[in-house]
Amino acid sequence: MVIGLECRPTVDPAAIHALKAGDAVSLSGELITIRDATAKRLVELAATGQPLPVHLGGRLLYAVGPSPARPGQVVGSAGPTTIERFVAYLPFFFEQGVRGIIAKGELHGPIMREFEKAGAVYFAAIGGLGALLGKQVQRAEVVAFPDLGPEAQFRFEVHDFPAVVIIDRHGGNYHETARARWRRDPAR
Amino acid sequence: MRTLDVRVLCDTTARLLVEANYQIPPDILEALRAAAKSEQSEIGRQTLAHLVRNYEVAAAERLPVCQDSGVTVVLLETGQEVHWTGGSIEQAIFEGIRRGTSNGYLRVSVVGDPIARRTAAGAPPGVIHYEIVEGDRVRLTLASKGFGAENMSALRMFAPADGPAAVKDFIVDVIEHAGANACPPVIVGVGIGGTFEKAALLAKKAVLRPIDRRHQRPETAALEAELLDRINCLGIGPQGLGGVVTALAVNVELYPTHIAGLPVAVNIGCHSNRRVSTEL
Repeated sequence: MVIGLECRPTVDPAAIHALKAGDAVSLSGELITIRDATAKRLVELAATGQPLPVHLGGRLLYAVGPSPARPGQVVGSAGPTTIERFVAYLPFFFEQGVRGIIAKGELHGPIMREFEKAGAVYFAAIGGLGALLGKQVQRAEVVAFPDLGPEAQFRFEVHDFPAVVIIDRHGGNYHETARARWRRDPAR
Repeated sequence: MRTLDVRVLCDTTARLLVEANYQIPPDILEALRAAAKSEQSEIGRQTLAHLVRNYEVAAAERLPVCQDSGVTVVLLETGQEVHWTGGSIEQAIFEGIRRGTSNGYLRVSVVGDPIARRTAAGAPPGVIHYEIVEGDRVRLTLASKGFGAENMSALRMFAPADGPAAVKDFIVDVIEHAGANACPPVIVGVGIGGTFEKAALLAKKAVLRPIDRRHQRPETAALEAELLDRINCLGIGPQGLGGVVTALAVNVELYPTHIAGLPVAVNIGCHSNRRVSTEL
């Protein structure tokens, strides 16, 4: 069963609280994008006491650097990038009130506690599904750092964007559970 | 002596780069279709079916299969009886990469300065490897190497006494550590022997070898099969969501090495292992 989740523009904390690792979700509403260079800029802005381009309280972030849109296209290919590179930035995002992040790949260890403390969730979208995921983006607008090109910060309006809950706010980690369940002894 | 203008390199590079990013190699698409049936975990089968659909749509609508069009890696094999005219081979290939990136609406994923993280005008947009071969043939192979998988690749210099068991454990450990980050199901390229840089280049060539072809030496083909079996027992599965299809293939390449050494490089290709090759 797929759980519908709305973020217009913020997400209901109770809905996030109810999610469990392994749940399939379908997201509709606004996502704010981040990349390595975007995250660095946001931290620098905050460190010098400047406001962030978009208030991140209650928001869901999407770690993506889309390919350029062709004329008439909303956005090019737009699949997730690897969450691990954002570990250093996650506590900052959680301080800003972020309730979830969509990316791909694995997270283990102490960072999981930060999700619990923040009441936030890590969603994985399918890596390498860029052509299809780009089609779920109905509007895309650069909200900050246009000089960063693909690493600019975008506001995406998505419809039925598919993802799986990997880290829930109760300490569950679906990558770990799934791997343990499917691990086998080699034939030789 | 055969005379060729470097413009042909520019045009071919631009064309192949776009082609590689819109259409993944047929052997990989076939393997994904087969895996979408044979994968035992339901979420794994669903994930693989989505990937197959992504590739079908990308090819039909001429979209980049993945937003990460990666670092363009070009392997130019040029005959020793070919005389190149019309300018710099290197600049022609670089210009082809720039043109293909722009024409194909591909993301500029390369930063000019790796430390300062700044782009620089005229900075190389890709990586070129050259090989001088006999005769007058020319082959251009191009790969778009996404960094989800590239970042999880590894190289280790073993001692001869460590032996085959340690080498195999290392290769499997690299894939286990990579987990979902490398965008499984992956293609595993392994280079064993040579020197530090030769092992890495062998691994790159291995990851770019078609996956429906086993190594011609039976004992190396057996090593590939054994490693594939061990990797697919790790439980990682498609996108790390659990299952028995973690890798589509393990390709191994060997080369003579020093009496004191045993270099081993593992280069991982994501399921979007984009490569094209053509004779000029």
